[in-house]
Amino acid sequence: MTPRALRAWSWLHKWSSLASTVFLLVLCLTGLPLVFHHQIGQWLGTEVVSAPLPAGTPHVTLDQVMAAAKTRFPAKVGMYVSQEPDDDTIWYVTMGDTPASTTGLKQVAVDARTGIPLAEPRLDRGLMFVIHTIHVDLFLGERGKLFLGFMGLLMLAAIVSGVVLYAPFMRKLRFGEVRRDRSARVKWLDLHNLLGAVTLTWALVVGATGIINTWADLVIEHWRNDQLAQLLSHDRGMPPVTQLGSLEKAFASARAREPAMKIAFIAFPGTAFSSEHHYGVFLRGRTALTERLVRPVLVDAITGEVSASRAPPWYMNALLLSQPLHFGDYGGTPMQWLWALLDVLTIIVLGSGLYLWLGKRGPARQVLASDLRSAAP
Amino acid sequence: MKRAAWSLWGWPLVLATLTGAGLVGGLLGDGGWDWLAWIGLGVPCVVAVWFGLRGRGARQV
Repeated sequence: MTPRALRAWSWLHKWSSLASTVFLLVLCLTGLPLVFHHQIGQWLGTEVVSAPLPAGTPHVTLDQVMAAAKTRFPAKVGMYVSQEPDDDTIWYVTMGDTPASTTGLKQVAVDARTGIPLAEPRLDRGLMFVIHTIHVDLFLGERGKLFLGFMGLLMLAAIVSGVVLYAPFMRKLRFGEVRRDRSARVKWLDLHNLLGAVTLTWALVVGATGIINTWADLVIEHWRNDQLAQLLSHDRGMPPVTQLGSLEKAFASARAREPAMKIAFIAFPGTAFSSEHHYGVFLRGRTALTERLVRPVLVDAITGEVSASRAPPWYMNALLLSQPLHFGDYGGTPMQWLWALLDVLTIIVLGSGLYLWLGKRGPARQVLASDLRSAAP
Repeated sequence: MKRAAWSLWGWPLVLATLTGAGLVGGLLGDGGWDWLAWIGLGVPCVVAVWFGLRGRGARQV
Protein backbone atom coordinates (compact mmCIF):
# COMPACT_ATOMS: atom_id res chain seq x y z
CA MET A 1 0.00 0.00 0.00
CA THR A 2 1.38 3.41 -0.90
CA PRO A 3 1.76 5.97 1.91
CA ARG A 4 -0.80 8.08 0.11
CA ALA A 5 -3.38 5.28 0.04
CA LEU A 6 -2.65 4.51 3.67
CA ARG A 7 -3.30 8.12 4.64
CA ALA A 8 -6.54 8.13 2.69
CA TRP A 9 -7.85 4.97 4.36
CA SER A 10 -6.75 6.26 7.77
CA TRP A 11 -8.61 9.46 7.13
CA LEU A 12 -11.76 7.58 6.12
CA HIS A 13 -11.55 5.27 9.14
CA LYS A 14 -11.01 8.14 11.54
CA TRP A 15 -13.79 10.39 10.34
CA SER A 16 -16.43 7.78 9.56
CA SER A 17 -15.86 6.38 13.07
CA LEU A 18 -15.71 9.71 14.86
CA ALA A 19 -18.90 10.97 13.28
CA SER A 20 -20.87 7.86 14.22
CA THR A 21 -19.29 6.44 17.39
CA VAL A 22 -21.52 8.19 19.92
CA PHE A 23 -24.68 7.09 18.09
CA LEU A 24 -23.39 3.57 17.55
CA LEU A 25 -22.67 3.34 21.28
CA VAL A 26 -26.25 4.42 21.98
CA LEU A 27 -27.50 1.77 19.53
CA CYS A 28 -25.34 -0.95 21.09
CA LEU A 29 -26.31 -0.03 24.65
CA THR A 30 -30.05 0.17 23.91
CA GLY A 31 -29.84 -2.90 21.68
CA LEU A 32 -28.54 -5.04 24.53
CA PRO A 33 -31.77 -5.07 26.59
CA LEU A 34 -33.83 -5.30 23.39
CA VAL A 35 -32.19 -8.66 22.64
CA PHE A 36 -33.84 -9.94 25.82
CA HIS A 37 -37.13 -8.05 25.53
CA HIS A 38 -39.24 -11.19 25.97
CA GLN A 39 -37.44 -12.22 29.17
CA ILE A 40 -37.45 -8.66 30.49
CA GLY A 41 -41.18 -8.45 29.76
CA GLN A 42 -41.68 -11.58 31.84
CA TRP A 43 -39.63 -10.18 34.73
CA LEU A 44 -41.47 -6.87 34.61
CA GLY A 45 -44.78 -8.71 34.36
CA THR A 46 -45.68 -6.90 31.13
CA GLU A 47 -45.63 -10.08 29.01
CA VAL A 48 -49.13 -11.48 28.53
CA VAL A 49 -49.60 -15.14 29.48
CA SER A 50 -52.66 -17.31 29.00
CA ALA A 51 -53.88 -19.93 31.45
CA PRO A 52 -52.98 -23.50 30.52
CA LEU A 53 -56.00 -25.31 29.06
CA PRO A 54 -56.04 -28.79 27.53
CA ALA A 55 -54.65 -28.89 24.00
CA GLY A 56 -57.46 -28.90 21.48
CA THR A 57 -59.71 -26.66 23.55
CA PRO A 58 -61.94 -25.03 20.93
CA HIS A 59 -61.28 -21.40 20.08
CA VAL A 60 -63.90 -18.67 20.03
CA THR A 61 -64.52 -16.82 16.77
CA LEU A 62 -62.62 -13.67 15.85
CA ASP A 63 -65.90 -11.76 15.94
CA GLN A 64 -66.20 -12.69 19.62
CA VAL A 65 -62.58 -11.65 20.16
CA MET A 66 -63.29 -8.25 18.59
CA ALA A 67 -66.44 -7.85 20.67
CA ALA A 68 -64.42 -8.60 23.82
CA ALA A 69 -61.77 -6.03 22.88
CA LYS A 70 -64.49 -3.47 22.14
CA THR A 71 -65.79 -3.74 25.69
CA ARG A 72 -62.46 -2.26 26.84
CA PHE A 73 -62.39 0.59 24.32
CA PRO A 74 -65.94 1.15 23.01
CA ALA A 75 -65.00 4.38 21.19
CA LYS A 76 -62.13 2.87 19.21
CA VAL A 77 -62.16 0.82 16.02
CA GLY A 78 -60.17 -2.25 15.05
CA MET A 79 -56.87 -1.80 13.20
CA TYR A 80 -54.97 -5.05 13.54
CA VAL A 81 -55.45 -8.50 15.03
CA SER A 82 -52.30 -10.56 15.45
CA GLN A 83 -50.77 -13.64 17.00
CA GLU A 84 -47.23 -14.50 18.08
CA PRO A 85 -45.74 -17.28 15.91
CA ASP A 86 -45.30 -19.62 18.88
CA ASP A 87 -48.56 -19.00 20.78
CA ASP A 88 -52.01 -19.39 19.22
CA THR A 89 -53.84 -19.00 22.56
CA ILE A 90 -53.71 -15.19 22.57
CA TRP A 91 -55.02 -12.65 20.09
CA TYR A 92 -53.61 -9.13 20.20
CA VAL A 93 -56.18 -6.59 19.05
CA THR A 94 -54.81 -3.14 18.18
CA MET A 95 -57.37 -0.33 18.14
CA GLY A 96 -57.37 3.35 17.25
CA ASP A 97 -59.68 6.31 16.82
CA THR A 98 -59.65 5.61 13.06
CA PRO A 99 -58.08 2.75 11.08
CA ALA A 100 -55.36 5.14 9.89
CA SER A 101 -54.47 6.51 13.34
CA THR A 102 -50.81 6.60 14.31
CA THR A 103 -51.21 7.92 17.85
CA GLY A 104 -53.50 7.00 20.71
CA LEU A 105 -53.38 3.31 19.79
CA LYS A 106 -54.58 0.79 22.34
CA GLN A 107 -54.06 -2.91 22.48
CA VAL A 108 -56.11 -5.63 24.14
CA ALA A 109 -54.86 -9.18 24.56
CA VAL A 110 -57.76 -11.62 24.36
CA ASP A 111 -57.68 -15.31 25.26
CA ALA A 112 -58.37 -17.20 22.03
CA ARG A 113 -60.14 -20.05 23.85
CA THR A 114 -62.31 -18.18 26.32
CA GLY A 115 -62.73 -14.84 24.58
CA ILE A 116 -61.86 -13.08 27.84
CA PRO A 117 -59.64 -9.98 27.73
CA LEU A 118 -56.36 -10.82 29.52
CA ALA A 119 -54.50 -7.54 29.53
CA GLU A 120 -53.98 -4.20 27.84
CA PRO A 121 -50.35 -4.21 26.74
CA ARG A 122 -49.05 -0.64 26.79
CA LEU A 123 -47.81 0.44 23.40
CA ASP A 124 -46.52 3.90 24.28
CA ARG A 125 -45.23 3.78 27.83
CA GLY A 126 -42.78 1.88 29.97
CA LEU A 127 -39.04 1.28 30.14
CA MET A 128 -38.85 -1.00 27.12
CA PHE A 129 -40.86 1.44 25.02
CA VAL A 130 -38.35 4.21 25.84
CA ILE A 131 -35.35 2.00 25.09
CA HIS A 132 -36.93 0.76 21.86
CA THR A 133 -37.83 4.24 20.65
CA ILE A 134 -34.32 5.56 21.35
CA HIS A 135 -32.92 2.63 19.41
CA VAL A 136 -35.26 3.08 16.45
CA ASP A 137 -35.50 6.84 16.00
CA LEU A 138 -34.15 8.73 19.07
CA PHE A 139 -37.72 10.02 19.60
CA LEU A 140 -37.33 12.03 16.37
CA GLY A 141 -39.73 10.07 14.18
CA GLU A 142 -38.99 9.27 10.56
CA ARG A 143 -36.11 11.77 10.40
CA GLY A 144 -34.44 10.19 13.41
CA LYS A 145 -34.81 6.81 11.78
CA LEU A 146 -33.17 7.89 8.55
CA PHE A 147 -30.46 9.69 10.51
CA LEU A 148 -29.60 6.49 12.38
CA GLY A 149 -29.59 4.69 9.04
CA PHE A 150 -27.00 7.19 7.84
CA MET A 151 -24.94 6.52 10.97
CA GLY A 152 -25.15 2.84 10.01
CA LEU A 153 -23.74 3.66 6.58
CA LEU A 154 -20.84 5.45 8.26
CA MET A 155 -20.30 2.36 10.38
CA LEU A 156 -20.05 0.22 7.25
CA ALA A 157 -17.45 2.66 5.88
CA ALA A 158 -15.55 2.45 9.17
CA ILE A 159 -15.62 -1.36 9.07
CA VAL A 160 -14.40 -1.57 5.47
CA SER A 161 -11.61 0.95 6.05
CA GLY A 162 -10.77 -0.84 9.29
CA VAL A 163 -10.29 -4.09 7.36
CA VAL A 164 -7.95 -2.32 4.94
CA LEU A 165 -5.94 -0.85 7.81
CA TYR A 166 -5.78 -4.21 9.59
CA ALA A 167 -3.06 -5.38 7.20
CA PRO A 168 -0.38 -2.73 7.83
CA PHE A 169 -0.96 -2.80 11.59
CA MET A 170 -0.95 -6.58 11.92
CA ARG A 171 1.77 -7.47 9.39
CA LYS A 172 4.40 -8.10 12.02
CA LEU A 173 2.07 -9.60 14.62
CA ARG A 174 0.49 -12.98 14.93
CA PHE A 175 -3.28 -13.19 15.02
CA GLY A 176 -4.63 -12.33 18.43
CA GLU A 177 -1.31 -11.05 19.76
CA VAL A 178 -1.89 -8.37 22.40
CA ARG A 179 1.28 -6.52 23.39
CA ARG A 180 0.70 -6.08 27.09
CA ASP A 181 4.34 -5.29 27.81
CA ARG A 182 4.15 -1.99 25.93
CA SER A 183 2.07 1.08 26.66
CA ALA A 184 -1.65 0.95 27.42
CA ARG A 185 -2.20 2.50 24.05
CA VAL A 186 -0.45 -0.28 22.19
CA LYS A 187 -2.39 -2.84 24.20
CA TRP A 188 -5.69 -1.21 23.28
CA LEU A 189 -4.65 -0.89 19.66
CA ASP A 190 -4.04 -4.65 19.56
CA LEU A 191 -7.34 -5.36 21.33
CA HIS A 192 -9.13 -3.03 18.90
CA ASN A 193 -7.66 -5.00 15.98
CA LEU A 194 -8.43 -8.38 17.55
CA LEU A 195 -12.02 -7.63 18.50
CA GLY A 196 -12.62 -5.76 15.27
CA ALA A 197 -11.50 -8.82 13.30
CA VAL A 198 -13.69 -11.13 15.38
CA THR A 199 -16.88 -9.04 15.24
CA LEU A 200 -16.38 -7.94 11.63
CA THR A 201 -18.97 -10.13 9.89
CA TRP A 202 -21.55 -9.89 12.64
CA ALA A 203 -21.24 -6.10 12.79
CA LEU A 204 -21.50 -5.84 9.00
CA VAL A 205 -24.65 -7.97 8.94
CA VAL A 206 -26.34 -6.36 11.94
CA GLY A 207 -25.37 -2.91 10.64
CA ALA A 208 -26.59 -3.54 7.10
CA THR A 209 -29.86 -5.14 8.22
CA GLY A 210 -30.37 -2.28 10.68
CA ILE A 211 -30.03 0.17 7.80
CA ILE A 212 -32.57 -1.83 5.80
CA ASN A 213 -34.94 -1.70 8.77
CA THR A 214 -34.77 2.09 8.85
CA TRP A 215 -36.35 1.99 5.40
CA ALA A 216 -39.18 -0.31 6.52
CA ASP A 217 -41.92 2.33 6.39
CA LEU A 218 -40.80 3.47 2.95
CA VAL A 219 -40.64 -0.11 1.67
CA ILE A 220 -44.12 -0.90 2.99
CA GLU A 221 -45.50 2.27 1.47
CA HIS A 222 -43.93 1.41 -1.87
CA TRP A 223 -45.37 -2.11 -1.71
CA ARG A 224 -48.79 -0.65 -0.92
CA ASN A 225 -48.62 1.70 -3.91
CA ASP A 226 -47.10 -0.89 -6.19
CA GLN A 227 -48.42 -4.41 -5.77
CA LEU A 228 -51.38 -3.81 -3.52
CA ALA A 229 -52.67 -1.09 -5.81
CA GLN A 230 -52.45 -3.46 -8.78
CA LEU A 231 -54.27 -6.17 -6.90
CA LEU A 232 -57.02 -3.80 -5.95
CA SER A 233 -57.36 -1.87 -9.19
CA HIS A 234 -60.75 -3.44 -9.91
CA ASP A 235 -62.11 -1.99 -6.66
CA ARG A 236 -61.61 1.64 -7.61
CA GLY A 237 -64.72 3.68 -7.26
CA MET A 238 -66.33 1.39 -4.72
CA PRO A 239 -67.90 3.30 -1.85
CA PRO A 240 -66.16 3.01 1.51
CA VAL A 241 -67.27 0.16 3.71
CA THR A 242 -69.66 1.39 6.37
CA GLN A 243 -70.60 -1.90 7.97
CA LEU A 244 -67.79 -4.44 8.24
CA GLY A 245 -68.66 -8.06 7.51
CA SER A 246 -67.66 -10.99 9.72
CA LEU A 247 -63.95 -11.06 10.56
CA GLU A 248 -64.19 -14.77 11.31
CA LYS A 249 -65.61 -15.45 7.85
CA ALA A 250 -62.82 -13.44 6.20
CA PHE A 251 -60.23 -15.31 8.26
CA ALA A 252 -61.77 -18.66 7.31
CA SER A 253 -61.80 -17.76 3.59
CA ALA A 254 -58.12 -16.80 3.70
CA ARG A 255 -57.18 -20.01 5.49
CA ALA A 256 -59.15 -22.04 2.99
CA ARG A 257 -57.19 -20.36 0.18
CA GLU A 258 -53.79 -21.06 1.81
CA PRO A 259 -54.43 -24.11 4.02
CA ALA A 260 -50.73 -24.81 4.69
CA MET A 261 -50.12 -21.42 6.30
CA LYS A 262 -50.88 -19.93 9.70
CA ILE A 263 -51.94 -16.46 10.73
CA ALA A 264 -49.50 -13.60 11.31
CA PHE A 265 -51.92 -10.69 11.46
CA ILE A 266 -55.08 -9.26 9.94
CA ALA A 267 -55.18 -5.61 8.88
CA PHE A 268 -58.55 -3.88 8.92
CA PRO A 269 -59.81 -1.86 5.93
CA GLY A 270 -58.21 1.59 5.82
CA THR A 271 -54.96 0.66 7.58
CA ALA A 272 -51.49 0.91 6.05
CA PHE A 273 -51.56 -2.81 5.27
CA SER A 274 -54.85 -3.03 3.43
CA SER A 275 -57.27 -1.18 1.16
CA GLU A 276 -60.46 0.65 2.06
CA HIS A 277 -62.55 -2.38 1.13
CA HIS A 278 -60.56 -5.37 2.30
CA TYR A 279 -59.31 -7.20 5.27
CA GLY A 280 -55.61 -7.85 4.64
CA VAL A 281 -55.06 -11.33 6.05
CA PHE A 282 -51.31 -11.92 6.36
CA LEU A 283 -50.34 -15.56 6.58
CA ARG A 284 -46.95 -17.02 7.37
CA GLY A 285 -45.36 -20.38 6.58
CA ARG A 286 -44.62 -23.07 9.12
CA THR A 287 -40.91 -23.73 8.59
CA ALA A 288 -38.10 -21.78 10.25
CA LEU A 289 -37.48 -19.85 7.04
CA THR A 290 -41.01 -19.35 5.69
CA GLU A 291 -42.30 -18.40 9.15
CA ARG A 292 -40.52 -15.08 8.56
CA LEU A 293 -42.23 -14.42 5.23
CA VAL A 294 -45.84 -13.31 5.05
CA ARG A 295 -48.29 -13.64 2.21
CA PRO A 296 -51.15 -11.14 1.98
CA VAL A 297 -54.59 -12.54 1.19
CA LEU A 298 -57.06 -9.76 0.50
CA VAL A 299 -60.59 -10.55 1.56
CA ASP A 300 -63.63 -8.44 0.69
CA ALA A 301 -64.65 -6.81 3.97
CA ILE A 302 -68.38 -7.11 3.22
CA THR A 303 -68.81 -10.49 1.51
CA GLY A 304 -65.89 -12.28 3.18
CA GLU A 305 -64.75 -13.69 -0.20
CA VAL A 306 -61.07 -13.80 -1.19
CA SER A 307 -60.23 -11.12 -3.79
CA ALA A 308 -56.53 -11.83 -4.27
CA SER A 309 -53.58 -13.73 -2.89
CA ARG A 310 -50.09 -13.19 -4.18
CA ALA A 311 -46.59 -13.81 -2.85
CA PRO A 312 -45.01 -10.53 -1.78
CA PRO A 313 -42.32 -8.95 -3.98
CA TRP A 314 -38.60 -9.55 -3.38
CA TYR A 315 -38.12 -6.28 -1.52
CA MET A 316 -40.73 -7.20 1.08
CA ASN A 317 -39.08 -10.59 1.56
CA ALA A 318 -35.70 -8.88 1.87
CA LEU A 319 -37.12 -6.58 4.53
CA LEU A 320 -38.72 -9.47 6.42
CA LEU A 321 -35.58 -11.62 6.29
CA SER A 322 -33.36 -8.74 7.38
CA GLN A 323 -35.28 -8.47 10.63
CA PRO A 324 -34.16 -11.71 12.32
CA LEU A 325 -30.59 -11.01 11.16
CA HIS A 326 -30.80 -7.71 13.01
CA PHE A 327 -32.73 -8.86 16.09
CA GLY A 328 -31.03 -12.24 16.64
CA ASP A 329 -34.43 -13.67 17.54
CA TYR A 330 -33.82 -17.02 15.88
CA GLY A 331 -31.89 -19.96 17.27
CA GLY A 332 -33.33 -19.71 20.74
CA THR A 333 -31.75 -18.50 23.97
CA PRO A 334 -28.13 -19.41 23.08
CA MET A 335 -28.43 -17.10 20.09
CA GLN A 336 -29.63 -14.26 22.34
CA TRP A 337 -26.57 -14.65 24.56
CA LEU A 338 -24.24 -14.78 21.56
CA TRP A 339 -25.93 -11.64 20.22
CA ALA A 340 -25.40 -9.95 23.58
CA LEU A 341 -21.74 -11.02 23.74
CA LEU A 342 -21.03 -9.80 20.21
CA ASP A 343 -22.81 -6.56 21.07
CA VAL A 344 -20.55 -6.08 24.11
CA LEU A 345 -17.45 -6.88 22.02
CA THR A 346 -18.59 -4.25 19.52
CA ILE A 347 -18.96 -1.74 22.36
CA ILE A 348 -15.33 -2.49 23.30
CA VAL A 349 -14.25 -1.95 19.68
CA LEU A 350 -16.07 1.41 19.64
CA GLY A 351 -14.74 2.43 23.04
CA SER A 352 -11.15 1.45 22.29
CA GLY A 353 -11.32 3.29 18.98
CA LEU A 354 -12.46 6.41 20.79
CA TYR A 355 -9.72 5.94 23.39
CA LEU A 356 -7.07 5.58 20.69
CA TRP A 357 -8.21 8.81 19.08
CA LEU A 358 -8.56 10.76 22.34
CA GLY A 359 -5.12 9.74 23.59
CA LYS A 360 -3.30 10.43 20.39
CA ARG A 361 -1.07 13.07 21.96
CA GLY A 362 2.06 12.13 23.84
CA PRO A 363 4.72 9.50 23.29
CA ALA A 364 2.27 6.84 22.20
CA ARG A 365 1.53 8.80 19.07
CA GLN A 366 5.06 8.07 17.91
CA VAL A 367 4.41 4.36 18.31
CA LEU A 368 1.49 4.54 15.92
CA ALA A 369 3.38 6.79 13.56
CA SER A 370 6.31 4.39 13.49
CA ASP A 371 3.92 1.49 13.01
CA LEU A 372 2.46 3.25 10.04
CA ARG A 373 5.86 4.18 8.63
CA SER A 374 7.10 0.62 8.87
CA ALA A 375 3.89 -0.51 7.24
CA ALA A 376 4.49 1.55 4.15
CA PRO A 377 6.71 -0.19 1.63
CA MET B 1 -2.20 -16.84 -1.46
CA LYS B 2 1.32 -16.44 -0.25
CA ARG B 3 2.32 -17.62 3.17
CA ALA B 4 2.53 -14.06 4.56
CA ALA B 5 -0.99 -13.35 3.37
CA TRP B 6 -2.27 -16.55 4.96
CA SER B 7 -0.71 -15.77 8.30
CA LEU B 8 -2.26 -12.31 8.18
CA TRP B 9 -5.72 -13.12 6.83
CA GLY B 10 -6.10 -16.83 7.65
CA TRP B 11 -7.76 -16.52 11.04
CA PRO B 12 -9.92 -13.50 10.20
CA LEU B 13 -11.11 -15.38 7.12
CA VAL B 14 -11.97 -18.49 9.12
CA LEU B 15 -13.87 -16.44 11.69
CA ALA B 16 -15.73 -14.48 9.02
CA THR B 17 -16.74 -17.72 7.28
CA LEU B 18 -17.91 -19.28 10.54
CA THR B 19 -19.91 -16.20 11.48
CA GLY B 20 -21.50 -15.99 8.05
CA ALA B 21 -22.41 -19.68 8.04
CA GLY B 22 -23.86 -19.35 11.53
CA LEU B 23 -25.93 -16.28 10.72
CA VAL B 24 -27.43 -17.73 7.55
CA GLY B 25 -27.63 -21.34 8.76
CA GLY B 26 -29.72 -20.44 11.79
CA LEU B 27 -32.28 -18.84 9.50
CA LEU B 28 -32.73 -21.94 7.37
CA GLY B 29 -34.07 -24.35 9.94
CA ASP B 30 -34.14 -25.71 13.46
CA GLY B 31 -32.24 -28.52 15.16
CA GLY B 32 -28.94 -29.03 13.33
CA TRP B 33 -29.18 -25.60 11.74
CA ASP B 34 -29.43 -24.04 15.20
CA TRP B 35 -26.27 -25.86 16.23
CA LEU B 36 -24.52 -24.50 13.15
CA ALA B 37 -25.58 -21.01 14.24
CA TRP B 38 -24.41 -21.50 17.83
CA ILE B 39 -21.03 -22.92 16.80
CA GLY B 40 -20.57 -20.42 13.98
CA LEU B 41 -21.09 -17.45 16.30
CA GLY B 42 -19.74 -19.13 19.42
CA VAL B 43 -16.24 -19.93 18.12
CA PRO B 44 -15.44 -16.27 17.27
CA CYS B 45 -16.66 -15.25 20.74
CA VAL B 46 -14.41 -17.86 22.38
CA VAL B 47 -11.48 -16.70 20.24
CA ALA B 48 -12.09 -13.09 21.27
CA VAL B 49 -12.28 -13.90 24.98
CA TRP B 50 -9.28 -16.27 24.83
CA PHE B 51 -6.90 -13.87 23.09
CA GLY B 52 -8.37 -10.83 24.79
CA LEU B 53 -7.75 -12.13 28.30
CA ARG B 54 -4.61 -14.20 27.66
CA GLY B 55 -1.56 -12.96 29.54
CA ARG B 56 -3.56 -10.60 31.71
CA GLY B 57 -1.93 -10.17 35.08
CA ALA B 58 1.29 -11.85 33.93
CA ARG B 59 3.00 -8.69 32.78
CA GLN B 60 6.23 -9.47 31.03
CA VAL B 61 9.24 -7.21 31.42
